[in-house]
Amino acid sequence: MTAALRFDPIRLPEKCEQLRKEVRAFLAEEMARGTFNPFKPNREDTDVPEFSRRVGERGWIGMTWPKKYGGQERSFLERYVVTEEMRVANAPTRRFFVADRQSGPVLLKYAPEHIKMDILPRICRGEVCFAIGMSEPNSGSDLFAAKTRATKTDGGYLINGTKIWTSSAHIADYMIAIFRTSPPTKENRRHGLTQFLVKMKQPGIQVNPIGQITGQYEFNEVVFTDFFVPDDHVLGEVDGAWKQATSELAYERSGPERFLETYYVLTELVRAVGPNPDTRSAEGIGRLVAQLHTMRRMSVSVAGMLQAGKEPVVEASIVKDIGTVWEQQLPHRVRDLAAFVEETATNRETLERQLDFAIKTAPKLTIQGGTTEVLRGIIARGLGLR
Amino acid sequence: MAESDNIVVETAEKIFADLADPQTINNDKNGAWRAPLWQALSEAGLPLSWVPDDLGGSGAGLADGFALLNAAGRFAVAVPLAETMLAGWLLAQVKIASPEGEMTVVPASPKDRITLDAGALSGRARGVPFAKAAKHFAVLAHGKDGASIALIDAAKAQIESGLNVGYDHSDTVTLDKVQPITIKPAPRGFDQTTMMLMGGAARSLQIAGALESMLDISVRYSNERVAFEKKISKFQAVQHNLARLAGESAAALAAATSAADAIANARSFDDEVYLEAASAKIRCAEAAEKGGGIAHQVHGAIGFTLEHVLHRYSLRALAWRDDFGSESFWAVELGKLVARRGADELWPLVASR
Repeated sequence: MTAALRFDPIRLPEKCEQLRKEVRAFLAEEMARGTFNPFKPNREDTDVPEFSRRVGERGWIGMTWPKKYGGQERSFLERYVVTEEMRVANAPTRRFFVADRQSGPVLLKYAPEHIKMDILPRICRGEVCFAIGMSEPNSGSDLFAAKTRATKTDGGYLINGTKIWTSSAHIADYMIAIFRTSPPTKENRRHGLTQFLVKMKQPGIQVNPIGQITGQYEFNEVVFTDFFVPDDHVLGEVDGAWKQATSELAYERSGPERFLETYYVLTELVRAVGPNPDTRSAEGIGRLVAQLHTMRRMSVSVAGMLQAGKEPVVEASIVKDIGTVWEQQLPHRVRDLAAFVEETATNRETLERQLDFAIKTAPKLTIQGGTTEVLRGIIARGLGLR
Repeated sequence: MAESDNIVVETAEKIFADLADPQTINNDKNGAWRAPLWQALSEAGLPLSWVPDDLGGSGAGLADGFALLNAAGRFAVAVPLAETMLAGWLLAQVKIASPEGEMTVVPASPKDRITLDAGALSGRARGVPFAKAAKHFAVLAHGKDGASIALIDAAKAQIESGLNVGYDHSDTVTLDKVQPITIKPAPRGFDQTTMMLMGGAARSLQIAGALESMLDISVRYSNERVAFEKKISKFQAVQHNLARLAGESAAALAAATSAADAIANARSFDDEVYLEAASAKIRCAEAAEKGGGIAHQVHGAIGFTLEHVLHRYSLRALAWRDDFGSESFWAVELGKLVARRGADELWPLVASR
């Protein structure tokens, strides 16, 4: 018997609980000063530069990175606590979150020293925003299909083509992107992609916003026309980005942001039903809380595996699959359970406003970071079926 | 076989592999396997894992006992191992020594109540697992001075036989002024909820174990069975179903082992332990329904037959949902707890460890 995947019950160490208190106090302070409103998940401005700088001052960006690059050399579990507290509070983390979760670790692994020394400390200070350029028109989750070309030229590469669904590209200072440096080979369809560091806001890059059904603008189309990237901005092996990009995804797939994106509607439901719920509401809330608790324990467990230096690709895919399906259904379940909440409940209006936004957000949750179908393919491979 | 790093689980797995192979049991229609299995388990001291040495047990500790139950679930073991362990644990709360032989706990449903009046026990308890096979019952009763824990002779009770969905004994026990062998007041704060949470956690580990095995045999079957000239494991629709089964199995195991870890390390059954144990029972029951459904789908008609072992796991996992509070019972109770604590206390509760 080998198929079962174990998620050992990691307990967060005591210093995590101390840190959690600090983060909660910090967030309460920020709410009090009006930086953000946790009850308005659809606030217009999710990029708040001064908030990012203050988070940076606390040492909560790049927490696990070496001190010489501005990091704190703290554990993944400590980082985990900061991430979940920020997410639950609906804090405006757009500016630094992608760099903290993914781009920074990629630079740490693959960038030349002078680039690390230049960029990583600025990420830690909350000054730098990153975007990720993976999807292209007609590729999406099918990374092999990427066509945007990087053509070798004197001292670097010329980039031509289009990336799409690129979150935050309109405010990003950098993008880590994969481009095609060679055609795929017959033996290896994964061959020929290379990872690059791209400095945004340069001639040769055009960022076109794409409106979302939520009414927000965070997606973009990014068009490259003879855009020059110097040789030292190649990250890792030329033509060998496939492996790099997939191991990176364990970070993107298992974190608390993968089941907490619509969490706010659950809190508001509990507020709306009050201290003496009817049986139907109580049962609905109880099930949702049990499901949430279970996913969180799985997600914490994966953070423990990352801390132990493992590459829990299949486990992370399971957390993302279950987590995003759950957070997608959550607004609909809450809507259902809220149907009989008294019209006079204190926060009914807040709940309804939140539901409106969460229901519009829900469709994207099982798409971003790898679609459900792709994840189930990865899990099936882990089970030895492919 | 999942790796076992403790001697209790290693011993148990060896016994299960030798004497409780599901295929062998399935072929043995007259139950001749039961006695040697129970004898081997007893000789190894496993049914009294949770009873300290000085009370007649092997004092294995809560964590090892939960791991043992998970292993028992992987073999869908149908002898009163969990029940005897729970009874021993209950008696040990008040330092009543455990007798030899099969035991079970009364009541096994949060809604049933046994009352204590003038030193005698009365009341009715439905769905008591293996009551028919037990020589003694560990009883939690309520009198005017609060909760008490008693050991009684099973022969003093009226037992109405019944079978659960998994074809295991699940009986109705009626006590009519039964004089206990021993009775003592329960410790402060120990009540029926405590017992149900503990029983629910035990069942959660068994359900998770059964799901692990269902995943294993389903993956294996999909790699053997050929349809439309291909192994069915090569069909994407089958792969996605098995990926979902893996997710349900993983969720059940994570929820159950987390609850076990919480109970084993807690000083009392506080709100955090409540969340862990109730969540495990809810989530494991949901996984039994969803995961078991997929396992049967993958197996097609063969898995619906008595000849195939799948039902040993799937039906038992479904049956275990009902013991010590169903998922709907615990969901209502957990929902009430969350509501009582208030909206702003939900996240601190979930993020408590």
